[in-house]
Amino acid sequence: MTPDEARSMIAEALARIAPGTDLDELDPDESLAEEADLDSMDLLSLLDALHERTGLELAEADAAQLRTLNSAVAYLVAASG
Amino acid sequence: MKLDYRAALRDGLRHALINEPRAFLMGEDVGAYGGCFAVSLGLLEELGENKVRDTPLSESAFVGAGIGAAMGGLRPIVEIMTVNFSLLALDQIMNNAATLLHMSGGQFAVPLVIRMTTGAGRQLAAQHSHSLEGWYAHIPGLRIVAPATVADARGMLWTALADPDPVLIFEHAALFGITDDLPEELEPVDLDRAAVRRPGTDITIVTYGSGLHRSLEAAEVLPGEGISAEVIDLRTLRPLDSDTYLESVARTHRALVVEEGWRTGGIGAEVAAQIGEEAFWDLDAPVGRLATAEVPIPYAQHLEAAALVQADDVVAAVRAVVG
Amino acid sequence: MPSLGADMDEGTLVAWRVGPGDVVRRGDIVAVVQTEKSDIEVEVFEAGTVAELLVDVGTTVAVGTPLARIEGERAAEQPVATKATPARAASPQRSMAGRVLSPLVRRDAAALGVDLASLQPADPSGPLHRSDVAAARRTRPATLRSGAASPYARRLASERGVDLAVLSGSGSGPAGAVLARDLPEVSSVAGSEAPPLDPMRAAIARTMERSNREIPHYYLAHTVDLAASVGWLAGRNAGRPPAGRILLSALELRAVALAARKVGELNGSWVDGRFVAGEGVHLGVIVALRGGGLLAPVIRDADRLDVESTMAALSDVVERARRGALRSSELSGATITVTNLGEDGVEEIYGVIHPPQVAIVGFGGVIDRVVATEGRAQVHPTVRVTLAADHRATDGRIGGRFLSKVGSLLAQPGKL
Repeated sequence: MTPDEARSMIAEALARIAPGTDLDELDPDESLAEEADLDSMDLLSLLDALHERTGLELAEADAAQLRTLNSAVAYLVAASG
Repeated sequence: MKLDYRAALRDGLRHALINEPRAFLMGEDVGAYGGCFAVSLGLLEELGENKVRDTPLSESAFVGAGIGAAMGGLRPIVEIMTVNFSLLALDQIMNNAATLLHMSGGQFAVPLVIRMTTGAGRQLAAQHSHSLEGWYAHIPGLRIVAPATVADARGMLWTALADPDPVLIFEHAALFGITDDLPEELEPVDLDRAAVRRPGTDITIVTYGSGLHRSLEAAEVLPGEGISAEVIDLRTLRPLDSDTYLESVARTHRALVVEEGWRTGGIGAEVAAQIGEEAFWDLDAPVGRLATAEVPIPYAQHLEAAALVQADDVVAAVRAVVG
Repeated sequence: MPSLGADMDEGTLVAWRVGPGDVVRRGDIVAVVQTEKSDIEVEVFEAGTVAELLVDVGTTVAVGTPLARIEGERAAEQPVATKATPARAASPQRSMAGRVLSPLVRRDAAALGVDLASLQPADPSGPLHRSDVAAARRTRPATLRSGAASPYARRLASERGVDLAVLSGSGSGPAGAVLARDLPEVSSVAGSEAPPLDPMRAAIARTMERSNREIPHYYLAHTVDLAASVGWLAGRNAGRPPAGRILLSALELRAVALAARKVGELNGSWVDGRFVAGEGVHLGVIVALRGGGLLAPVIRDADRLDVESTMAALSDVVERARRGALRSSELSGATITVTNLGEDGVEEIYGVIHPPQVAIVGFGGVIDRVVATEGRAQVHPTVRVTLAADHRATDGRIGGRFLSKVGSLLAQPGKL
């Protein structure tokens, strides 16, 4: 998976969970939850969407690596090999 | 085209007689004499006796004949000299014209138009000067209209003629001299809607007929005191277009009703009561009412003027309401 | 001195025909006056006794000047001139500041209870007319009680949360009546400039307004150690896909549901002045909407769900609330409500009870705090749980028991 693919996957999921979110307007190095106004239920939905698309486990223990947009993209690229 | 109120009435009448084949005019002195107020001057000569008919001096008889003609399929326009004389035909108007549709189970409509002059201001004393349109507005089955402008004087008759039920048109005798520029083509008037003659923000003045002119004169002066008055011409006294003035009161939060009838049980009382019922929570002051003094209209000029609502009275009443 | 011709301004008294003590009758000749044209006998129009001659023979006085005083039977004290003055009617009574008050005006004022001293004529330079009295009566109803407010002012005050009692009697209307203009910031809401209130905002405003007006809230708070719950969740969720995981919120709801069943005094409604216990525990869950506003969908019979079902119910109502797909029946019937602002970094939240319920439970964020366990200071995840409860229905001790129960349940997640 390329970073662009990872990014567009996140954008697609957010379009459903938090309609109106524009990734370009988010600070990619700040907390994605705060930037996109996501609560724990939204984050769980986001993980679920990414899990469905990639088959990755996305364990709770890895949550810290998914904290920001940039770190999430990097994590997805690395994890998908 | 510059027209005065009288010429506008004549123009509307002529238009109706020419364009509605079933229409004809009848009344006292409407033909050879040209009408008591010269409204029909020249129409007999132009349109002939089938269209313009003089009647004997019996209001009850010729209004009754008009009702019969209307039930028989014609569109009669009956002229009564003044509203005071219409009382001689009140039985026909109230007991026949207003009720027959109802009493015949909808079988007989009475598409009759009755025109009459109303109002004071010309030193014609207590038997020729009253404003009794409020009485008629009390009667279900009638439509009551009162043209206050030159355009309405010309256009109301055509709309009235199209109404399947009796319509009484009250032409104000003191307005015969007012003039306005009208287009050549006659424009029909919407009788279902009151007209906002002057927009404003601080108080709604609800009026009709001569009261419109006193109110507009007052509204010209009031901005000098920082008061912007909205002036609404009811035009139709039955059925009342309450939507228009209630919407206005919802914006201005104050209301003054100005009428030439007497205060007790008048049109103004009805309008004020509706405002109290429907717009109570919008009111920032009690509804004001101005009406003619409760006396028979006096003959003497200064007494007649004192009995009637003048522009100064409107200014003072607005001041009292706005505070 | 009578006016004996339209052009007469003054006259000279040439002879008295009567003297003090003489009895006169109407029509008697009492004096002779010389005018520019001739001498004229002056007759009297009153009956009575001549009390005093006021003008000496040979004196020239202006028309209208009293010549003598006659005491009549009825008005012995009233000074009366010769009264031979038909051109000048009895002069109107003058009052304050020389203002002319006609008998009609005085009668009307008395009948209507209007104080003439307070009136200004419509024409400031002219006399008072009865219309001025009538206008005063109209604009100053004598029955107006102090502390009145116009209907529009009342409506605005209600909408803006202004207490009219504060303004009572200080308004600009009659008798200090409060008008719209007397309300603070009224210009910003008057007229059409004010944007219409969003219906949801309006509904929230009405409900919260009613709550704080009617319900005497009391507030309690409790710090709950979450080490056990957090540990339990980590184990429970490990190895499961996201869709199968459980959030802490579900545990919190579950704890509230069980505590509400145990402490039933907080689970129900205050209706018609008394507490009505809820039939079952129906949890109202506050869901904040993206873009503002909130909804409180209800999870029914929450005390009978297990943790898995609670999580499923929670994610279902949250998802549908945000999608606008809730049925109206799912928005009513709660017996107690839970609100959670912890994810926004809030440490504790004291809620406003949703009437007619009698309690709302608030959860703050999960925060690591130093806690003393078995005599040692340790850092544990904790949460501040609060209760706002209706003091009409319960007292603080009940609330305390309830919060303790929530705390002990969260400390033993296996029991949830």
